[in-house]
Amino acid sequence: MSTNNLTTHNLLSAESLAQIDREVAKYPADQARSAVMGALRIAQVEKRYLTNDMIEFIANYLGIAPMMAYEVATFYNMYDMKPVGKHKLTVCTNLPCALSGGYTTANYLKQKLGIDFNETTADGKFTLKEGECMGACGYAPVMLVNNHSMCNHMTPEAIDKKLAELE
Amino acid sequence: MLEIEIDGKKLTVPGGSTVMDAANSIGVHIPHFCYHKKLSIAANCRMCLVQVEKAPKPLPACATPVTDGMKVFTHSDQAVTAQKGVMEFLLINHPLDCPICDQGGECQLQDLAVGYGQSGSDYAEEKRVVANKDLGPLISTDMTRCIHCSRCVRFTEEIAGFQELGMANRGEFTEVMPFIGKTVNSEISGNVIDLCPVGALTSKPFRYTARTWELSRRKSVGAHDGLGSNLIVQVKNNKVMRVLPLENEAINECWLSDRDRYSYEALNSQERLTKPMIKQGGVWQEADWQTALEYVANGLKQVVAEHGKDSVAAVASANSTVEELFTLRKLMAGLGVEAVQAFARNADFSVKTQGAKWLGQSLEELSQNEAVLIVGSTVRKEQPLLAQRLRQAVKKGMALSLVNVHGDDLLTKLAGEVIVRPDQLLEGLLQVVKAVVELKSVAAPAGIDLANVVVSDAARAIANSFEGKAKAAVLLGNIAQTSARYAEIYAAAAALAALTGAKLGVPAVAANSVGAELIGADLGGNVFAAAKKAYVFVGVEPEFDAHNGSQALAAAKQAEMVVVMSAFQSCAMDYADVLLPISPFTETSGTFVNMEGKAQSFNGVVRPLGETRPAWKVFRVLGNVLGFNGFDYNSSEEIRDEALAGDTAARLNNTLTSAVAVSAKSAQGLVRLGEVPVYQGDAIVRRAPSLQATADAALATTVRLNAATIAKLGLVDGGKAIVKQGQGSAELTVKLDAGLLDDVVRVATSHPLTRDLGEMVGAVEVLKG
Repeated sequence: MSTNNLTTHNLLSAESLAQIDREVAKYPADQARSAVMGALRIAQVEKRYLTNDMIEFIANYLGIAPMMAYEVATFYNMYDMKPVGKHKLTVCTNLPCALSGGYTTANYLKQKLGIDFNETTADGKFTLKEGECMGACGYAPVMLVNNHSMCNHMTPEAIDKKLAELE
Repeated sequence: MLEIEIDGKKLTVPGGSTVMDAANSIGVHIPHFCYHKKLSIAANCRMCLVQVEKAPKPLPACATPVTDGMKVFTHSDQAVTAQKGVMEFLLINHPLDCPICDQGGECQLQDLAVGYGQSGSDYAEEKRVVANKDLGPLISTDMTRCIHCSRCVRFTEEIAGFQELGMANRGEFTEVMPFIGKTVNSEISGNVIDLCPVGALTSKPFRYTARTWELSRRKSVGAHDGLGSNLIVQVKNNKVMRVLPLENEAINECWLSDRDRYSYEALNSQERLTKPMIKQGGVWQEADWQTALEYVANGLKQVVAEHGKDSVAAVASANSTVEELFTLRKLMAGLGVEAVQAFARNADFSVKTQGAKWLGQSLEELSQNEAVLIVGSTVRKEQPLLAQRLRQAVKKGMALSLVNVHGDDLLTKLAGEVIVRPDQLLEGLLQVVKAVVELKSVAAPAGIDLANVVVSDAARAIANSFEGKAKAAVLLGNIAQTSARYAEIYAAAAALAALTGAKLGVPAVAANSVGAELIGADLGGNVFAAAKKAYVFVGVEPEFDAHNGSQALAAAKQAEMVVVMSAFQSCAMDYADVLLPISPFTETSGTFVNMEGKAQSFNGVVRPLGETRPAWKVFRVLGNVLGFNGFDYNSSEEIRDEALAGDTAARLNNTLTSAVAVSAKSAQGLVRLGEVPVYQGDAIVRRAPSLQATADAALATTVRLNAATIAKLGLVDGGKAIVKQGQGSAELTVKLDAGLLDDVVRVATSHPLTRDLGEMVGAVEVLKG
């Protein structure tokens, strides 16, 4: 249902809005709420992180209450509510990864980058996050780069190599 | 039907019931927090775990459907262990601050912790702390106490229609909150306080003022809208401390509008009038009742003798009780005065029906309609719980549509919506009539000229929504009822109802509008059009409670004698000659007839303040002072029995007595859309400070226009504008309202800022402020 204070200007590019429209089209016409996860993901890809204004914009775009979108955005830890560095590194520390060296990986990254979880390097290049199970326990320890690319068996050597690639 | 056994008791329940429903039906109590009969099932508090035979683990009673032959144990070892475990978890993060918690004594967590918890806990670590949220002037928060039952969240989404609250974050960081920077602005928001099973959400005005066990609970009836919500008024030391809903499934269910819940604050306000006062030589002096009443009796008698019986009019609030209006009318009849008007907000008095106008059906029947059209109404603000009822009915398949003068969101799905200018409400309705005529290929109804009516697609959608529906209704909202073309609108609506087989309904504007019509307190037409020599105002403030406030105030100022009977001093000091303190609804016994024609009597819940007297007693004494017969009532019940003698249901009839010629007209130019704001409707709500601090109250201080009109007039959204109508003007803040048509200027009536303006709908000028 629409509200009277619709944001009048677009916060997203035409391409992103077209992608959101594709997400919306996947569901029945009166269930645009179902597209909220996709819409937030598309917005985050374009803007790197989600502001409250953006969440409200997306909610209005889908015709749902802003709080409905905010609940989703704050529940899932792959949505970033604060600015992140150029590369977001997410290390899994759930049990199987932890048993196979997940914490070693995380500690190595912390020491190498000089930051803790949820922090960004001073040059704005890297943000380190603690992640939840990525469904690849057989390849533990795993790390996710920028939400979309998965890296397996992240031993210190593999990390050094990956960081050099990302430089 | 399924056969099951709960704690060894055999019973049969319909298929689809849950274990909780089944247990409730035989009076077995299963402890719970998140379960509520009016809300969807969440099953997230886990307090209702019970043992079910052959199930490997305890199951939540609220979310477990009954199966045939199921055996449920609510007090077995397994169930008790599960309940104790859940309670221990719930208490892990709950602060032990019951002594300073407003919920103390009426807290479900407190009660269940005693009944189902243990005296100790295995948890010795730190408890979490959650920052409080600003939910506005009505709801106070202590979010650390929240146990995340999500009742408030589900209420805003499912009952109030817009999810203003939500559960942000997850796991132990979960918090119930509104969207960042927003408050809870629903007109029925106060219900989350009743729903909250702990002290996380409590009433802000009531906070820290009393304990639940110090309060006596007394029944009453809501005195603001036409629903007649049942109330529990809580009283301490002869003072109203709080108002809660009294469950009545046929009327307010278990809910209460914020207006009924918080208006009590005015009853204890400094503005209360506590002694009769007389103006002598331009100076106000306190008087005793005897002197004041003799002054009134002699004064009125003298005016009638000098200027005739048509020179006097009595204007009463339609929130007055049956007893008050009946004795007022009888007193005026004794003086020979006919004009007793409880509908001063109306502009067109030519609608004559065979009986008192009413909803045309009961509220429960209204919910069962398959198609409903509402004409000219801000439903959510006029009748908050009626809007709620319709919202639930739409979920069950009702096709709801609107012919309206603004695009305000009803927060529900609409089958069709025709939006017109406020002076074109009739033409909007005629579009639907014509669409139905075309759809059914029948002749136009007699007396209705449809020649110049252009039918829009939206009107066709509404016509289609009525097609093939056995149960339907057409309702006329407050904006239709106060329209200067009410008679034509009424006739068109009656014709539409006849064409579609729908019932015509008139939801009563005020608590006792139907009662006032039954008694005949609707005589005299516009009593302010030509100033009378004397006025008697009963609970009415002419500048706020008349269709044209500035006209009414001018008439009152011109009158030789003005008797004001009110609970408040108000601004009557300017024009009144005598002020008589009369009881508001909490201080007198009385009866309201609600929109469905149901008479509900109530007792006074507190003693009248100071020398205040119930109005019916004042009229009784006046009748005796004037030497009239038939004023020897011993109680309000005697008056009620005389006033509502016989079968009142038979006297409710919405059928017009004679045909009205209806024809479409065109209109152009800037036009005012004047509505009575939700918290300006009567003398009591106008003085309730917390309601006046709400977002709805702030909205009433704005002039709302659409973007094109703002641009055309050279205004700025958020800037100032001066609205001129007739002799008066008002400076207001400009606010964008995308739901309005071009040239519509939405300015509240009945508001201190707009009191100098004229009629509710009419030509206006708007200048940049």
